[in-house]
Amino acid sequence: MEPSIATSIGQIQLDKPVMLASGILGISLDVFNRLYASGAGAVVTKSLSTAPWEGYPNPTIFSVKGGGWINAVGLSNPGASNFAKMIEPNQDVPIIVSLVGSVPEDFETMIKEFENCKIKAYELNLSCPHVAKVGLEVGDDPGLVKTIVSTVKKATNVPVIAKVGLGTSNYLNTVSNAVDSGIDAITAINTVRAMAINVETKRPILSNKFGGLSGTPIKPIALRCVYEISSKFDIPIIGCGGVSTWEDAVEFFLAGASAVQLGSAIGDNWVGVFDDINRGILEYMKKNNYSTIKDMVGLAKKS
Amino acid sequence: MQRNHNHPTIVTIEKVIDETPTVRTLVFSDDVMPNVLPGQFAMVWIPGVNELPMSIMISKESGKAAFTVRKHGPSSTGLFNVPVGGQIGIRGPYGNSFDIKEGKLLLVGGGTGLVPMMRLLTFVKPTDDITVLMGAKSKDEVFFEDLSNELLKNNPHQVIVSTDDGSYGEKGFVTDLVEKLVNDTHYDAVYVCGPEIMMYKTVQFANSRKIFVQASLERMMKCGVGICGSCCVGEDLVCKDGTVFDGEHLSKNSEFGHLHRNKAGILENY
Ligand SMILES: Cc1cc2nc3c(=O)[nH]c(=O)nc-3n(C[C@H](O)[C@H](O)[C@H](O)COP(=O)(O)OP(=O)(O)OC[C@H]3O[C@@H](n4cnc5c(N)ncnc54)[C@H](O)[C@@H]3O)c2cc1C
Ligand SMILES: Cc1cc2nc3c(=O)[nH]c(=O)nc-3n(C[C@H](O)[C@H](O)[C@H](O)COP(=O)(O)O)c2cc1C
Ligand code: FES
Repeated sequence: MEPSIATSIGQIQLDKPVMLASGILGISLDVFNRLYASGAGAVVTKSLSTAPWEGYPNPTIFSVKGGGWINAVGLSNPGASNFAKMIEPNQDVPIIVSLVGSVPEDFETMIKEFENCKIKAYELNLSCPHVAKVGLEVGDDPGLVKTIVSTVKKATNVPVIAKVGLGTSNYLNTVSNAVDSGIDAITAINTVRAMAINVETKRPILSNKFGGLSGTPIKPIALRCVYEISSKFDIPIIGCGGVSTWEDAVEFFLAGASAVQLGSAIGDNWVGVFDDINRGILEYMKKNNYSTIKDMVGLAKKS
Repeated sequence: MQRNHNHPTIVTIEKVIDETPTVRTLVFSDDVMPNVLPGQFAMVWIPGVNELPMSIMISKESGKAAFTVRKHGPSSTGLFNVPVGGQIGIRGPYGNSFDIKEGKLLLVGGGTGLVPMMRLLTFVKPTDDITVLMGAKSKDEVFFEDLSNELLKNNPHQVIVSTDDGSYGEKGFVTDLVEKLVNDTHYDAVYVCGPEIMMYKTVQFANSRKIFVQASLERMMKCGVGICGSCCVGEDLVCKDGTVFDGEHLSKNSEFGHLHRNKAGILENY
């Protein structure tokens, strides 16, 4: 029998295991449709806030020599309410709505906006490394993580994912607090705080000075995090960070992830990257006689 | 080491040409930018100010390229004010380019939308019959008329200027002239770059007469490489799928000519 690349992350069922990561190409339903048609298993929206945000001035992105990007887009987004109206007509695309806020009430308010939208899950951004008062600053506060996750879990029946990253405190504590408060899955990791300086103008390049590093340079770090989380917790994991080939995706499955997300690879390989990776995973499964993605998940921990 | 086109290269402004009271051309030396295709753009870093998408302008001197900028808000004014000797960062080139057809061609440019048209003129064959139609608000704001005539000196050609207030050339909007021209003459191709309403009407006129037409679109750009999503028009990403789109494709895009996104990504009417 032909193997199946369908996967499940707890209650979340997907036909394909490679999703679009949050913040990439994510402000138009037409674009979501296109990415879904290009082979994305799901699309995660830009992180949405209660009010619209313009983000930082340019330069907001920098390409690292040898691979990878540093971005400080500053979570620019049209706000949850405007965004919810845009995706209301959606029927087909598995959409995961990413939310960012500073207090539990922010998340409650935003979830009300999406009541009429057909969505697969919420992803809580507890890990943006370059915007004050949200993201990592929330993820680094154990009490806040607990109250936000339990508030969100009470406010919706849709599965809730927490996206964690590397802040000042041990990210495993954030995972632990989220798991204790009833989170359904974990996405690991977000970008890693970084910077770039131009030697001729002798200035930081990004207008915000600091940004988040993504792409191939962070893959080994992300892989380590997925392996650590899956070793310590019984929770479904989505691997994110530097996925650009089918081998990268399989590495994350072997480390314990049930699905992966990618963003930066789109900047290098454009939207064909989803189908390329799906095809490679399928070939690998055939060669190894795996019938489902689950057959691979966490195998590296057994050896 | 080989140049990474996504990495900003620092160049020094060597010459500043005042085209009109509000438009300037800044000339610099570079290995890559003088040889790009018409329609391609660069992301231009003005240190301490911003980074903006700019079409890449031709220069008369070999090994040199330029940007022609209109001072508008703080960012473009920042670029406008870069002096000779000032440094800017450039990355790119990005985007696709116009399909260069042969025969009787109509090029329509409004304001700094003329920049890609000037580069397109350097690609035409001596046998092509070219009409350049340029629009400006008033006599003061007309530029590139002499340059167009010079670039076309070996071609059968005409350069038509229209001003909104009639202070120079034909009076009225460029689009009225486009309608008249495509009704009276058969063109093998129409190319347009300028304000979106002008492009929208030009594409409509050409489409209705089944003439091949391409437009080079502008949208808010942050990354230029197809990651951030800020430049989307419907399902198309201007930085990656464009900037140049066929008229037929655009006729199916419900946002073109009607809606664009602001810095937060909220759709706004034109
Ligand atoms: C492909 C392309 C080619 C262009 N070529 C030219 C050209 O040759 N000459 C020319 O004068 N203009 C060109 N523009 C327009 C130019 O990029 C600016 O939009 C314009 O100069 C207005 O800037 P501003 O001073 O009003 O910005 P501001 O008033 O300073 O606006 C503030 C903010 O808006 C941002 N912003 C405004 N417009 C844009 C945009 N389109 N993309 C990204 N950020 C934007 C700035 O980064 C800044 O954050 C081009 C635009 C595109 C997309
Ligand atoms: C331009 C850009 C914008 C991003 N915006 C967000 C965001 O809004 N929310 C979020 O949780 N992560 C955001 N991220 C992080 C990505 O979702 C992802 O975690 C990270 O890029 C690592 O994956 P990659 O190496 O495949 O790009 C952004 C990344 C980039 C490059
Ligand atoms: S400018 Fe970022 S996707 Fe086009």
